[in-house]
Amino acid sequence: MSAAGPFPRHTAPAARRMQGRPVNGVRLGLVGALALAALGVAWAEGPSAQRGAQVYNRCLACHALAQDRVGPRHCGLLGRRAGSVPGFAYSQAMKDARLRWDEKTLDRFLARPLQVVPGSSMTYDGVADPRERADLIAYLRQANGTPECRALGSAGPR
Amino acid sequence: MSFLQMPHPAAARRRFLGQSGLILSGTTVALLAGRDALAAQAGAAAPQDVQILNTALGAELEAIAAYQLGAESQLLQKTALDLALSFQAHHKEHAEVLAKTVEKLGGKPVAAKAAYGFPVEQLKSQADVLRFAARLEQGAVSAYLGAVPLFGNRDLSKAAASILGDEAMHWAVLRQALGETPVPSAFVS
Repeated sequence: MSAAGPFPRHTAPAARRMQGRPVNGVRLGLVGALALAALGVAWAEGPSAQRGAQVYNRCLACHALAQDRVGPRHCGLLGRRAGSVPGFAYSQAMKDARLRWDEKTLDRFLARPLQVVPGSSMTYDGVADPRERADLIAYLRQANGTPECRALGSAGPR
Repeated sequence: MSFLQMPHPAAARRRFLGQSGLILSGTTVALLAGRDALAAQAGAAAPQDVQILNTALGAELEAIAAYQLGAESQLLQKTALDLALSFQAHHKEHAEVLAKTVEKLGGKPVAAKAAYGFPVEQLKSQADVLRFAARLEQGAVSAYLGAVPLFGNRDLSKAAASILGDEAMHWAVLRQALGETPVPSAFVS
């Protein structure tokens, strides 16, 4: 084993196998295993509002937390009846949807908006990844505590 | 006359399109606006296509208003102001073509709102304005990406993808102007 090799001296069997044999396949295997482990950790951590904030960037052409735009505001979304923000011009389909937004209904809607509410103005294919949806919903829940939502006074259900 | 000698890029572009025949055959946006047969081809998918186009039109109208706000804010230096006005002109073109297409398909185009609830109090510097615009453009890219697979008419998907590309360029240029990595990843989502 060369002292000038790319790996420090280790005593663990796996490390010993790697020392002096910097084979790309082994390296890639290790990197892949670490990536999978990190993914497993992320899943084990549960939904992340921080990651959800990144997913929420996809919504910003039409939505904001505290303002009605092309779509309605999101402050106070969880617990709110679908199509119920006062003064917002919803599609008839959304007004008639008879949904109340919670983790379950939002998860279904965000996966396939037009399948859940055909005729909705939210003409968006959806967020296919369940983890991204969970993160997004975590963000929307946490957003109720932000100053802009508190200032709006809409943190509770409408 | 060379396009390079023309005083304004828009004039050169019009001349190029006019002379090359690309208005009908080469550019998807022109195709979107110019095909009279579109309505006849639309069939059962038309109502949803109209809804998609109208949602996009609503966002484009808001983007036009947002750039107007930025242009009138007196926070933008000349280079940034020119950029904002140039991008606003693109959004006006998008809105015009979307509205015409909604009409061709038998729908009623949504109108601009009398007022938009922009977070004016948060815009205190040029960087704030550019960041605000960049976030809108990023959202627009995602919105078009989410709309492309929904159209019943594939010509409309193609046209929406064309607009997506333009707005992705806006987003990248704005990020560059903010000193951020202009293209942060290999894919948009």
